[in-house]
Amino acid sequence: MLWRGSRFDADLEQEMRLHQELRAQEQVERGLSPEEAHYAAERRFGNRLVLREESRDMWNWNWLETFLQDIRYGLRTLAKSPGFAVVALLTLALGIGANAAIFQLVDAVRLRTLPVKDPQSLAIVHLKRDFWVSGNFNGPYAELTYPLWQQIRQQQQAFSSIAVWSSDQTNLATGGEMDIAHDIWVSGDFFTVLGVQPFLGRLISLGDDQPGCAGGVDLSYAFWQRRYGGAASAIGQTVTLDGHPFPIVGVTPPGFYGVSVGDRFDLAVPVCADATVYGEYSRITSPDARHDWWLAMIGRLNPGWSLDRATAQLAAISPGALQATIPPQYDADHVKHYLSYKLEALPAANGFSNLRQSSSTSLWLLLGLSGLVLLIACANLANLMLARASTRGPEIAVRLALGASRGRLIRQLLSESALLAVAGALCGGILAATLSRSLVAFISTPNSSVFLDMHADWRVLGFVAGLAILTTLLFGLAPALRSGSAPPGSVLKTAGRGMTSGRERFRLQRILVAAQVALSLVLLAGALLFARSLLNLMTRPLGLQQDGVLVANVAFQRLNLPEARRSSFVAELLDSIRAVPGVAAAAASNRSPVNGNSSNTEILAENDITGGQSWEDRVSPGYFQTTEIPFLAGRDFSPNDSADSPKVVIVNLVFVKKFLSPSKNPVGQQFRLDAPPGMPKPYYSVVGVVGDSVYNDMHEQFVPIVYFPRAQDEHPNIYVTFLIRSRVSSASLANGVKHAITGANPEVDVQFVVLRTQLRDSLVQDELMATLCGFFGGLAVLLAALGLYGVISYTVAQRTNEIGIRMALGAQRSGIVGLVLREVAVLIGIGIAIGAGLALGGGRAASSLLYGLKANDPLTLALAVMLLAAIGLAAIFVPARRASRLDPMVALRYE
Amino acid sequence: MHRNEIPPGTLYLLILKALARSGELHGFEIARWIEQVSDDVLQVEEGSLYPALQRMLIRGWVKAKWGVTAGNRRARYYRLTTLGREQLEVEVSEFNRVVAAITRAIQTA
Repeated sequence: MLWRGSRFDADLEQEMRLHQELRAQEQVERGLSPEEAHYAAERRFGNRLVLREESRDMWNWNWLETFLQDIRYGLRTLAKSPGFAVVALLTLALGIGANAAIFQLVDAVRLRTLPVKDPQSLAIVHLKRDFWVSGNFNGPYAELTYPLWQQIRQQQQAFSSIAVWSSDQTNLATGGEMDIAHDIWVSGDFFTVLGVQPFLGRLISLGDDQPGCAGGVDLSYAFWQRRYGGAASAIGQTVTLDGHPFPIVGVTPPGFYGVSVGDRFDLAVPVCADATVYGEYSRITSPDARHDWWLAMIGRLNPGWSLDRATAQLAAISPGALQATIPPQYDADHVKHYLSYKLEALPAANGFSNLRQSSSTSLWLLLGLSGLVLLIACANLANLMLARASTRGPEIAVRLALGASRGRLIRQLLSESALLAVAGALCGGILAATLSRSLVAFISTPNSSVFLDMHADWRVLGFVAGLAILTTLLFGLAPALRSGSAPPGSVLKTAGRGMTSGRERFRLQRILVAAQVALSLVLLAGALLFARSLLNLMTRPLGLQQDGVLVANVAFQRLNLPEARRSSFVAELLDSIRAVPGVAAAAASNRSPVNGNSSNTEILAENDITGGQSWEDRVSPGYFQTTEIPFLAGRDFSPNDSADSPKVVIVNLVFVKKFLSPSKNPVGQQFRLDAPPGMPKPYYSVVGVVGDSVYNDMHEQFVPIVYFPRAQDEHPNIYVTFLIRSRVSSASLANGVKHAITGANPEVDVQFVVLRTQLRDSLVQDELMATLCGFFGGLAVLLAALGLYGVISYTVAQRTNEIGIRMALGAQRSGIVGLVLREVAVLIGIGIAIGAGLALGGGRAASSLLYGLKANDPLTLALAVMLLAAIGLAAIFVPARRASRLDPMVALRYE
Repeated sequence: MHRNEIPPGTLYLLILKALARSGELHGFEIARWIEQVSDDVLQVEEGSLYPALQRMLIRGWVKAKWGVTAGNRRARYYRLTTLGREQLEVEVSEFNRVVAAITRAIQTA
C-alpha cells in the first residue's frame, strides 16, 4: 500500500473537503454569509494537516514509509557533507571491524560447540588430582594411562558409549627429511561417541581397535584434499607412520577437526597401533604402560543421566580402577596419592582446548581494548554529530514550530546515525573476516600451527548487529535528544549569534573529549606496556648465543638398533656432521632450547632429604662450545666419561645455588637422584659449572639445569637432536648436513629448525599483543586528536565575535592563544587524570601477560601521559593559531 | 441551544448505528444523521470523525467505496460489514450496561 501514499492523502483530502463544503452550505442555509460559513466550517476541522497525518499513522504500514523517508533524509544530509560521512564511516568500520575480528576469535576458541551430533550430551572424564605423582606425560591432554582406561571402560555405567583419544606427531617419510603429520590416536568407539559419519570409505570402529591390530587409518578431509587431490583411489593405499605401513580405510567429513579447539589433524590412527609404531616404548604393551599418561576420555551420557550422576558413578568405581593399575615404580607415599585420585565428568560441548586456557586472558583483554577503541570512536562521532546538530538548530526549531512531533524529529536525526552505523557495521564485518584470518595466521608458527574454524556463525553476526545498534545509540542519541528538546523559540532567537552563551551548550562536548583523552591514555599505556614487555623478552639475556645455530632433530627408529649400539651410532653421525664444510662446532643433546619438550628429575641433596626438581638434558662433549654457554668452573665432558667410569654431571649456576653447599667449591660436590624403591641411587659428581641459559620458556627466569653425558646413558633413545654452529647460511648448511646424515644411513629421518626462529616463535603471543595493542593505541590517539581538533575549531568558530571584541579591546595574540590553550589544557588534564586512574586499575588484568615490568610501571605511564599531552596540544595548535590571526574587524562583523 | 460533544467511546457506537439504519452514508451524512436524530444535542467533531472512520476501516467494521452524491459530487460511502454489525450489538449492550450503572449511581439517595 506504500506506493499509494499520495493517493491516500488525496482521497482523504477530497473526503474532508466535501464535508467542509456541505457544512458551509448548511450554515448558509441557516443565514450566514458564504464567507463566514466557509471559515466556520474550516475552524471546525482544525489542523487538517495533522488530521491527515494522524489518519495515515493509523495504517500500520506507516512506520515503513516514515522509515524509508528517514533513510532518504539521512542519505541526503550525509551526501551534503561527504567529508564527515567518509570519516565517520572509516572510524566505525575500523572500530566495529576490530571488535568483530577479536570476537570471532573468542567465539571460535571459547564459545563454539563441537561440530558433532548433540554435543550437549557429551562429557569429558577427568581424573581429579590434588597432587601430581611422577609419570611419563605425553601429549597436551595426558589424563589417563592405557590400563586405567581399560578399567574404566569395563566398570563405567554412566555412558552409552565412551572413547579415548590422544594427539601426536608422526613421520610420514621413509628416510631423509621428515614429513611430520598431526595424528589423533582414537579408540574404537571414538567416532561412534561423537556421531561422526565417514565422508568416504569407513571410519575406525571397535573392530579396528583390537590388541595386535593391523590398524587402518582415516584421513582428515583437508589432508585427503592436500595429499591425494581428493581422489577416491586414496582408499586402500598405504601411509607410513614412523616407518610402519598402514592401509587407508576412510576419510572424515570436511567440518570435523577433532575434539580439540585450535588443533587439526591429518590422520586418525587406532590406539592399538601404538604397539606397532612405538614397539618397545609402546604405551600399551610395555611394562611401563601404567606409568605412561597419554589418553583423554570423552563419552556420551546415557539418556537421562546428568553430569552429577555420572560423576557419582565414576567416583564409586575410582578406588577399584586405581587399585588395579598402581604403577610398579611408585613407593608407598606415591601409592597413597595415586589412590586418592577421583574420576569426574565435565561438560564437553566446547571440546578440549589448551589454546583456550593459554590465550583466554589475552583474548578477553583484547576484546576489552577493542571495545574501548569503539567507545572512543563513538565519542568522536557523537561530538561531530553534536556540532552538526547545533548548526542545524534553527532548521529543527522551524520544523518544531510548524508542528513536527518531537519523537518524529528524534527518529529522523537518529536515522542518520543508524545509516552510518549499519554501513560501518557492514564494512566492519567485511574487514573482520580478513582481520581474523590474519590474526590466526599471526599466531600460527610452522611448529605449532593454530587451526580455527573462522566461519561467521549467528553469534558473530549477532555481535556485529548488536554493535551497530549500540553505536547508533551511543553516538546518535545524545545529539538527537538534545536537538529535539530545545525550546524552538529560544533557538530561533539565538540562531547564528553565538557570543559567549555557547559555554553551557558545549558542556557535553567537553565531557566527551575528556572521556576520549582518558580512554586513549588507557590504550596508549597498554600499547606501551606490551611493546616494552616484548622488547624485554627480545633483549633478555639468554645465556647462550642464538645466532648461527641450526638444530637438526633426528630419528632412527627404522634402523632397529639395539640399545647398546645407539650411542656409538649417534657419535658417528656427529663426526660426519662436524666434517661438513662450514660447521664450526656441533654437539648432540636430547633437546634444543625452547623446543617445547622438557624433562625433569628429583634431586636429593647431601642428606638425601632436602631437594627438589631440576630440569635436565643429556649432551655430548662440545655442547657448551656450540651453544656458547660460558664455562665458569671445572671441565667439559670428555671421551673418558664413559659407561664404565664414575658418573659425572655439569650443572648451571641456579642449580649450584639451589642444591649445592655454598661453603665448598661446587666442582667435586656430589648428590643423588631420587629413584623408585628397589632401584639403585648412584652418586653423581659435579665436574663443571656453566652459566645459566634459557630452558623451555622465554618468559621464565633461569631454572636449575643438570647436564648428563650422553655416554653414560643406560637407555639411549632412538631420537637425538644435533646443534650445529656454522659460519655459513642455515639453508646451505642444512643441505650439507642432510647429505652427511643420509650418507651415513639413508633410513635416518631428519628435521631442521633455526634456533633463532624457534626462540622467536615462542614469543608469538607477546608479538600479537604488542602489535594489536599498538594498533589500538595508535587508533585511539588519532581519534582523540581528531576529537580535540574538531571541538576546538568549532568553539573558536563559535566565539569569533568574542575574540574579535577582545582583540579590538587590545588583547594580544599570545593572550588569545593562551585563552584557547587554557581551555583545552584543562580538558586534557582532566582526561589524563581519569585515564591514569583507569590505566592503573585496568592494568592488573594484563599483569600476567607482561615480562620484566609491572602493570603499574610508572615510567610507561609517564611516557604515555607525555605522548598523549604532546599529541593533544599539537592537535589544537592549528585552531589556536587561527584564532590569534583573526582580523578583529572581520571577526566583529562575522555572523 | 446548548450543544454537547459526543461522550468519549460512544462515537463508534453512533457511527455503527447510523450505518445500520441507513445502509450507505458518506462522512458528512453520518455527522448530519447523528446531529439530527439527537436534535442537534450531539455534535460530531470532524477532527474525531475521520480518524474514527479510518480506525473502523482498519478493524474491518466498515467498508468504503467511492460514489456520487445527489449534488453530483464524488464522495466516499461507508457501509457496515458483518463484523461491524456484530460490533454494533456489542457496543449497544456495553453502552446500556454503563448507562444503567450510571443511572443507578445517580438515583441512589
